[in-house]
Amino acid sequence: MELLSELIFYCFVVLTIGSAVVVVFHPRVMYSAFALLFTFFGVGVLYLYLAADFLAASQLLIYVGGILILIIFGVFLTSSIMSLEILQETHQRFIALIPIALGGIVLLSVILSTPWTTTATTEAVPTTKLLGRLLLTRYLVPFELASLLLLAALVGAMRLARYFRTEE
Amino acid sequence: MNMAVDLGWYLALAALLFCIGVAGVLTRRNALIIFMSIELMLNAVNLTFIAFSRSLTNVDGQVFVFLVMAVAAAEVAVGLAIIVTIFRHKETVDIDKVNLMKW
Repeated sequence: MELLSELIFYCFVVLTIGSAVVVVFHPRVMYSAFALLFTFFGVGVLYLYLAADFLAASQLLIYVGGILILIIFGVFLTSSIMSLEILQETHQRFIALIPIALGGIVLLSVILSTPWTTTATTEAVPTTKLLGRLLLTRYLVPFELASLLLLAALVGAMRLARYFRTEE
Repeated sequence: MNMAVDLGWYLALAALLFCIGVAGVLTRRNALIIFMSIELMLNAVNLTFIAFSRSLTNVDGQVFVFLVMAVAAAEVAVGLAIIVTIFRHKETVDIDKVNLMKW
């Protein structure tokens, strides 16, 4: 059982990283958008392994169900797929490699050099109740600000995307 | 569910995911791909938050992830509206060609 769980874990790690690479480097935008689905799903499964059940569900609902659908709509609305050939290549690969390598090395060296205290694995408890309590007590103001932000984004997006006919 | 591997592995995975996102932002010129890469980076940060939250047995980190998700949703809505508007005006999503505010 333990072994199976670990095997599934590594499968999802490979799925997440592999599809993330496809998202970034695949020449066709539509394939990138669909690969993003697998990345989001893989990250959601990793949340489950980290005992964040509520967030795994919200990951599926918000990212896969909301954000990804929006991005796919964006692809449909913008790409007249034939004319986008120019956009498929990557630019300045070697210059880009420098900051990426530097950042990656710094992150990895920090991770490797820090002695992480591995606490004994505690029993995974459902987090929904705890999260709800925190959101309505200690984090009430950020919570309300987030809802305000969402309202503003809703109005702003509608204002931007609305088609204005030029009056003749 | 047990913690299959320890914290360092999760952090390394998140760092790798973040670097892939940075590579996308730096090398691609399609606004939509850059958008998706930003989502990848946000996901990497969320994964880090949750890994630490699990390791420290403290749920506060998950509240942050929840707020990040809300901000990401707002960002996607507004960003895609902007991209669609730009496309309507200039018939392109190539960010090199959108240089009205560049000097």
